[in-house]
Amino acid sequence: MKVLKKNPEKCIACHACEETCSKLYFKEENREKACLRIKETDSYPEITTCTQCGVCIDICPVVALSRDKRGIVRVEKKKCVGCFMCVGFCPEQAMFMHDDYIEPFKCVSCGQCVKVCPTGAIYMSEE
Amino acid sequence: MILKEYKYELGKIERGYNNRSLYINLSDNTIKEKEVTQFMKDKFIGGKGFGLWYLWNAVTPETKWNDPENEIVIAHGPIAGITQYPGSGKSLVVTLSPLTHMPMDSNVGGYFGPYLKFSGFDALELQGKAEKDVIIFIDGNKGIVQIMESDIEEKDSHLIAEILTERFAKDEEDKKNVSVVSTGSAADHTLVGLLNFSFYDIRRKAVRLKQAGRGGIGTVFRDKKIKALVVRFEGTKGNLNNAADQGKINRTGIKLHREICLLDDKQNRMRKIGTANIIEIMDQYDLLPTHNYKFGSHKDTYKISSDKFQARVTQGLPDGCWYGCSLSCAKAADDFIPQTGPYKGQKVIVDGPEYENAAGLGSNIGVFDRDGVLELNFYCDTYGVDTISFGTLTAFIMECYENGILDKEKTGGLELYFGNKEAALELLHQMARGEGFGKIAGLGIRRMKEIFIKEYGADPDFVNDIGMEQKGLEFSEYLCKESLAQQGGYGLTNKGPQHDEAWLIFMDMVNNQIPTFEDKAEALHYFPMFRTWFGLMGLCKLPWNDIVPENNKYTDEPAKIPEHVQNYVDLYNGITGKNIDKHELIRQSERVYNFQRIFNIRMGYGKRIHDKIPYRAMGPVTEEEYLSRQERYDKQLKELLGLDPENMTTQEKMAALRKYREEQYEKLTDAVYARRGWTKDGVPTIEKLKELGMDIPELIEVVKKHL
Repeated sequence: MKVLKKNPEKCIACHACEETCSKLYFKEENREKACLRIKETDSYPEITTCTQCGVCIDICPVVALSRDKRGIVRVEKKKCVGCFMCVGFCPEQAMFMHDDYIEPFKCVSCGQCVKVCPTGAIYMSEE
Repeated sequence: MILKEYKYELGKIERGYNNRSLYINLSDNTIKEKEVTQFMKDKFIGGKGFGLWYLWNAVTPETKWNDPENEIVIAHGPIAGITQYPGSGKSLVVTLSPLTHMPMDSNVGGYFGPYLKFSGFDALELQGKAEKDVIIFIDGNKGIVQIMESDIEEKDSHLIAEILTERFAKDEEDKKNVSVVSTGSAADHTLVGLLNFSFYDIRRKAVRLKQAGRGGIGTVFRDKKIKALVVRFEGTKGNLNNAADQGKINRTGIKLHREICLLDDKQNRMRKIGTANIIEIMDQYDLLPTHNYKFGSHKDTYKISSDKFQARVTQGLPDGCWYGCSLSCAKAADDFIPQTGPYKGQKVIVDGPEYENAAGLGSNIGVFDRDGVLELNFYCDTYGVDTISFGTLTAFIMECYENGILDKEKTGGLELYFGNKEAALELLHQMARGEGFGKIAGLGIRRMKEIFIKEYGADPDFVNDIGMEQKGLEFSEYLCKESLAQQGGYGLTNKGPQHDEAWLIFMDMVNNQIPTFEDKAEALHYFPMFRTWFGLMGLCKLPWNDIVPENNKYTDEPAKIPEHVQNYVDLYNGITGKNIDKHELIRQSERVYNFQRIFNIRMGYGKRIHDKIPYRAMGPVTEEEYLSRQERYDKQLKELLGLDPENMTTQEKMAALRKYREEQYEKLTDAVYARRGWTKDGVPTIEKLKELGMDIPELIEVVKKHL
């Protein structure tokens, strides 16, 4: 399974990854709609990404979360009832919600963000 | 066979309301829609408020519970059906109770309420009586309501709900879109019948049941010859309420999900064990009702402690009774095999046990046997018997048995002493079959007291002291002898001694936060009003204070959980687009609370005399009880009354303590009535009604006769 990994020490908080993600996912350049998040801090930036741990799968009351063939955890929007329990219970805080949508969204390990990262602060890793 | 079919236009919920309700009369198979007016929304909000208002208009002061004009109203509320905030799928059921002859209200989970709402209705009124058993089906996607003759031979809820879920679901995937309301065989023969509301557990692939337990609503349901109500709605989403501000609701919900995720394990373990987490805590504080509320603890409590139940709860995952309930108090023991009765040897699912069941079916009747409690729990639920009433009335019977008021001859051979699990189970099976002593027991404590006095020559003072009922309803499972505020929390209620209005034992007795009469009166004003609000909205009480923010203890009023109160204000405003604050929240409740009080008065009750409680709830009735806490009671005589217990007999000490405690209760009653804006006789004043905007002519007409 290919998982998005991070190396905050290399991150320069250019936010290119977030913009690429939201554009790809929601056709809109809007960091609040990205499936990963970069937060600037006094030290290195905080990078929030999904580890594909699957805790959310068991939390979901309607079994709308499951692993695809690649082992990646996916939200099945049609089944989802928008309770956002997965958002509250994600150990990485990497399940997201935005007022424009009634379903949560998350990283699907597509790797597009990695391509635009100028420093290698995020990378794909085979787990 | 379909007796009547009604087609309706599908609609859209606007800011929490459909603005119409569904009325069904089973005497002539009328089905019609009614407008939910602005007046109703302003004064009664929804849920129990709507239920009480419809019932008020349906009955007269002479109406009895089994008259056709009595109604069962099921309503949810403007917030119900959201999926983001834990505990938001509740239905409120209102009817004239066969136990109290007054309006009863019961708060229940399961999917029926939200699906009724998504199908287009803010309430369902059921009036009249069918000739033969009927099933009522609402298809919320096609806009069809049908009354059909029942062909179901099964008599108990776990089977009825399963069969009807199978029948009305298109396939396995669709089962979660069906909810069934039913009761069991004991509702035909007792006055303590309950209603089971189903939800489909997709992980277990099984139908689960939640109970509208209190006050005999299931008995009314069967009297109307309703076998079941079924609703089917496909397409649940998180935004069907068309909230004014969905984002606000989402964020408020996620905040609480996070809080539960981080803190539940450290606080109440609701996700792991549910409400049963407090069994051993109650025992430790001498509050666990034991042997008909004689004692507050027992050496064998460890046999029914929460870890024993946790070991039996076989699911790996927490589950809620509506989507989005991350507090997930619902629990189930799978593959339980009953040792007695019609389902002996079959594998069944037992929902629970909740704390009330463990106490009522366990310590209060002396059954310190985990599987015994589970078996009683299973049969109570599927037979449609309220576990609380069953536990409390069986405890009463057992004390009468041990005191010679009852014997084997009178009970038809049942040796109903404390701890006799087999006899308790057989009593329950008799209730289901409508046979033997079970039929008498099923009448409830109030009527049993009359029978025992009149027919068995029991000492009226004794049975009235130990029979733990008030207004006709059996007490729920907390020992309140040592907490005056909780005595008020039970006694000064609208529907009877149920702790859902006020649970003040810890504030009062353990933490001593409300020492004066004024403090207690304030608590007995605020908390009943605050908790009433859940019933107006279609919400559950548990996510309010069974989880608290980490910094709660540093807030100005920790007992109120200020941050969670604000959550509720935000939810209401988020749905409706209004702008209420925490004070208006209380006023919304006050309107309905006072209305219910006046409804009680209209039915011939609801006055001070009806708020008195049996002495067992206030202090030691027997020497055995006095001696079990002699140190505490002697100390009170010395410190509070300036008496010298050394030179008094136990009887003298008991009499002095009783006089004192009964006076305390009267003083508390005065203080609470004053705080609530009622006369000394417990009647809401016209000034109070004006202040609340509830000075509507038909209410004034009722109260003015009593002022």
